[in-house]
Amino acid sequence: MYVAVKGGERAIAAAHELLARRGRGDRAVPALESDQVRDQLGVLVSRVMNEGSLYDPDLAARAIVQAQGDALEAVTLLRTYRTTLPRYGATVALDTAGLPSERRVSATFKDLPGGQQLGATFDYTHRLLTDAADDEPAGEGLGTGLRPARPAEAPAAADGHLDARMPRISDLLGAEALLEEHVPSPGDPEPADLTREPTIFPMSRAERLQALARGDEGFLLSLGYSTQRGYGRTHPFVGEVRVGEVEVEFVAPETGEALPIGRIEVTECQMVNQFVGDAVTPPQFTRGYGLAFGRAERKAMSMSLVDRALRADEFGERRVGPAQDEEFVLAHSDAVEATGFVEHLKLPHYVDFQAELVLIRQLRAVHRQRDRAGHETTAGDRVGQSDSIGGTP
Amino acid sequence: MGGTTVDEAERGALRRRAARAFSNAPRAALAEHWLAWADRPGVEVLRGPEPGLVMVQGRIGGTGDRFNLGEATVTRATVRLSGGALAAPSIGTAYVLGSDVEHAGLAAIFTALLADEATHDTVIAEVVEPLEAALADRDRAVRTAARTTVVDFFTVARENAGALASDEDDE
Repeated sequence: MYVAVKGGERAIAAAHELLARRGRGDRAVPALESDQVRDQLGVLVSRVMNEGSLYDPDLAARAIVQAQGDALEAVTLLRTYRTTLPRYGATVALDTAGLPSERRVSATFKDLPGGQQLGATFDYTHRLLTDAADDEPAGEGLGTGLRPARPAEAPAAADGHLDARMPRISDLLGAEALLEEHVPSPGDPEPADLTREPTIFPMSRAERLQALARGDEGFLLSLGYSTQRGYGRTHPFVGEVRVGEVEVEFVAPETGEALPIGRIEVTECQMVNQFVGDAVTPPQFTRGYGLAFGRAERKAMSMSLVDRALRADEFGERRVGPAQDEEFVLAHSDAVEATGFVEHLKLPHYVDFQAELVLIRQLRAVHRQRDRAGHETTAGDRVGQSDSIGGTP
Repeated sequence: MGGTTVDEAERGALRRRAARAFSNAPRAALAEHWLAWADRPGVEVLRGPEPGLVMVQGRIGGTGDRFNLGEATVTRATVRLSGGALAAPSIGTAYVLGSDVEHAGLAAIFTALLADEATHDTVIAEVVEPLEAALADRDRAVRTAARTTVVDFFTVARENAGALASDEDDE
């Protein structure tokens, strides 16, 4: 039980002031502006938007600056902010193949329609720390040690393929019925919403995906990794990863008409996993799905691995690993909940701990008495000691 | 409710184009168009502009059942315009992703101008089309840069002889 404390207002105010000073750092260095964070730390901004479960790069960048780069603190700021706003409704479901992607690669098909397009990726970089000052032309620093491509270097062949269709990998494999098909259930049901309804296990796959989408990237990464190492193996291949803008449509209650309201950037991962089949259905590849705000490839990939692992019951697979345990995964994936419970331990627990002190002193008193009694009866013999620990008189 | 006329379908398509242009345009571009608008009508704000949320939905596997991906900020505004070149007072409502209240307000104004017979064609020609052209330029630049990253991977292992449609032996 936690018993609240009072007092310390002045010290707390001073601590917050000190925090602000630490965050500002050396005043000879220009202060960090949130638009710099939004544009130059886009991957971090994406992570904060995902775990904050709120798409708004400007707000996420502001939160990161305010949190002095503590991603989880920034996530908490976004989560708190969202509770102050009314919700006008739900968008029309995104069409992730609607606009040309900036990045679209497949690890399973080499020559897929639309081509393998690397886009902006850390893949194939040397992962060597470079001296940005030496390496980058003035004013063009990317902060990654990578040089920006000169427009002149762009191959002329790019023309004419700008609107190249990039069909989903599932549409290609699906055409041969090699891949499990995903079509909407009859009536295209409204998905349950974890932010509005109590958590009841087992969850639908839609609810699980919502939880994973806002789940901690590191936690999902580790769980995904565990499935690869044998704790619930699913034999995954990246069917497709795509990163790019998608158009968002919304049916305004005033007009009842679906209209575009802007674009958001998303990352999507279609994981293709080993087959299932039965007497009726011939063997088919199964699928895991990941979708995330912004540039969040690791998150989308991890999400798709865990999504597939959590479908164990659906495919009659034996549950042998933590990643297949829905309650374990979904009850611990939310970083805001996790940090709240872990970090509350540092708050004053004086009354709580006082009770523990009283108890342990009692136990030790009993122990001493027994020890003394033991010395008197079996002089020099230490046998009684181990029996008395935690024992009741 | 007696069936959609061709005219109404065309109007609907134009409303889509306009909403796309207004929401994707930089706020400064919309503001310029409004300042450049000849004979500006009076603007009465009926609601907002106010920030809120929409729940963004995706589909499982891209094509299956819907699920809630997470929320996005959106700003909405409703305005009534009167006077100026308008045939009659006109109401416009706009929803724009993000938390820029001025952006939503300007989008609502142009939506109201679009709804009026007298100003409809001018909005399309002088606002929507230039904004569309600017967006197309931006998209072309982004896509041109992206297309420079197209790779032709080749497998070092011997390709299976005569395989046409099958890549399944490649690893």
